[in-house]
Amino acid sequence: MRSQSIRAVMACLAVVLAMACTKSETPAPASQANAPQTPSAPRKNITLAVITHGQASDTFWSVVKNGVNNAAQDLGVTVTYNAPQTFDMVAMSRLIDAEVAKKPDGLVVSIPDPEALSRSIQAAVDAGIPVISINSGSDVYKQLGVLLHVGQTEYEAGAGGGEKMAATGVKNVLCVNHEVGNASLDLRCKGFLDAIAKAGGTGRVLAVNAADPTDSQQKVAAALTGGVDGILTLGPLSSNAALAALKQGGSLGKVKLGTFDLTPDVLSGIQGGELEFAIDQQQYLQGYLPIVLLTQYKQFGVLPAGGVLPTGPGFVTRETASRVIELSKQGIR
Amino acid sequence: MRRVLNRPELGAACGVVAVWLFFAGYAGGSGFLSQAGAATYLEIASELGLLAVAVSMLMIAGEFDLSVGSMIAACGMTISLLCDRLGWSLWAAIAVAAVLSLCVGMVNGLVVTRTKLPSFIVTLGTLFILSGSTIGVTRLVTGRTQVGGLRQALHYGSAEALFASRIGVFSVSILWWMGITVLASWVLLRTRFGNWIFGAGGAPDAARNLGVPVARVKITMFMTTSLSACLIATFQAVKFTGSDVLRGTGKELEAILAAVLGGTLLTGGHGSVLGAALGALIFGMVQQGIVFAGVDSDWYKVFLGVMLIGAVLVNTYVRGRMVEARR
Repeated sequence: MRSQSIRAVMACLAVVLAMACTKSETPAPASQANAPQTPSAPRKNITLAVITHGQASDTFWSVVKNGVNNAAQDLGVTVTYNAPQTFDMVAMSRLIDAEVAKKPDGLVVSIPDPEALSRSIQAAVDAGIPVISINSGSDVYKQLGVLLHVGQTEYEAGAGGGEKMAATGVKNVLCVNHEVGNASLDLRCKGFLDAIAKAGGTGRVLAVNAADPTDSQQKVAAALTGGVDGILTLGPLSSNAALAALKQGGSLGKVKLGTFDLTPDVLSGIQGGELEFAIDQQQYLQGYLPIVLLTQYKQFGVLPAGGVLPTGPGFVTRETASRVIELSKQGIR
Repeated sequence: MRRVLNRPELGAACGVVAVWLFFAGYAGGSGFLSQAGAATYLEIASELGLLAVAVSMLMIAGEFDLSVGSMIAACGMTISLLCDRLGWSLWAAIAVAAVLSLCVGMVNGLVVTRTKLPSFIVTLGTLFILSGSTIGVTRLVTGRTQVGGLRQALHYGSAEALFASRIGVFSVSILWWMGITVLASWVLLRTRFGNWIFGAGGAPDAARNLGVPVARVKITMFMTTSLSACLIATFQAVKFTGSDVLRGTGKELEAILAAVLGGTLLTGGHGSVLGAALGALIFGMVQQGIVFAGVDSDWYKVFLGVMLIGAVLVNTYVRGRMVEARR
């Protein structure tokens, strides 16, 4: 009786496993038929791997992943996308190690912590795998032997936000960091606070937990009592929490709020005047472009001549918000 | 034959074989079977295994330690800060981190044994205290959340040789893992102190009546788990030439999981360090095997959960058979 029930449970587990496995085949065969055919060698043998640090709960990274998947379908190449479950650089470096052992035709990585990831990325480069970095790592990619960086330079983007914020006349600001440990976010805050300081204001960093919106909201609400008149959040997770905190404290419109990255919520907030601006780095391109570049590199050996391929910063303000809203709903911006 | 069947780690050994066969069949072609592939999961297993061995001994002694996760961040950051900010020798920094971990372990042990509060609660408190002070102090001193540049530290080379070198493609931590598992197994099964550990967890009052210093045993085990967390912190700080304030998050649960996979009871008094080491191996193989199998990371946790429940079931099934065979 006992062993029978165990066998039944095992059978169920086997079914679930089988489902999980089949679900993971990246390019659907139907879409390959629609892919543009070139006279060159078939592309379906090209396998690429993408490893980022993006947590699954972060809508920003869903858009990157949409870019990756759409590029894979358009080109008919096989791409696997992986990210550690939490912001864990040791786990991320091991995902890279595993991909290197699989010997893909190309590797795309984000580099939020060069110290921790350099060993694994260099191993990939040494193994002859072409590597392109995206999103974070614009300042270090070259030293690691990475061919090209697709993304925005973080310090300048933060400073740009600071200048725009200072122009509205704020004096006492918060930089809300939702991913403590990410060097790129540290750079954004530094750029932001430096620009504010240059304009004669002061400010500090407030760390919140991205995976827990209640925690984020209440931390911002508590910080607001200190006479803060400007907030920059570094992503949609914390901008939603900051908005909720402003509503809670009744200081909506009195405290200027700017954010990095777009979501439908952020865009409607800008349209409604609750948010001043959003700094847009067009992360869809950070997913899409490297797949195109690496496919071309594998097929023909061609690649842009190096450097940073900037996807941002651009600013979305009240004037431009409505155009962007539709695309954002489709997971493209 | 009966002695083999009686071993608590038999189930874990079967689990290791089952998980290996599964990924060898399913992902063998994509590098799981290659040397480099084996090196990636053995490296994960070796670090988790070091921790799980100590954690399983503490669990046999009847207690939990949840603070080991943030202990990894705290020790790693201590090492990095002392080297980066004060220019200390890497060895001196490692020694200070080790002493710090032993102190925290002792405080955990003293609070648990003196107050009779559940160790689950006490060490959960320590987890938060350590994690918060790591973030707080680091940001206060550096204004950042990562500290790197350990490669420039005094005596980096010798520390790298011991903690972060490679033998072929394999990480040297695998040797540490094996050595410490053998040592812990010997302590647990062949020494008087090992008997005390089983006694302290299985029947503390009876043990106390027989003259076993139960409190001392438990405090020693808390200090051991803390020290093993510090060892992992050292591996990772040296290997990745720096630290960040989140490192080690969740490791406390992974270590308990590995110990349970290895046949250690959550209620204390029964278990095996070899089993915990094998449990860590299962965990490492599942974690990397999923990548080799090309499973989309969205499904990663489903896969991990299913594999782990499966491994525990195999474990339980084998143990059930074992009881039947004994009759």
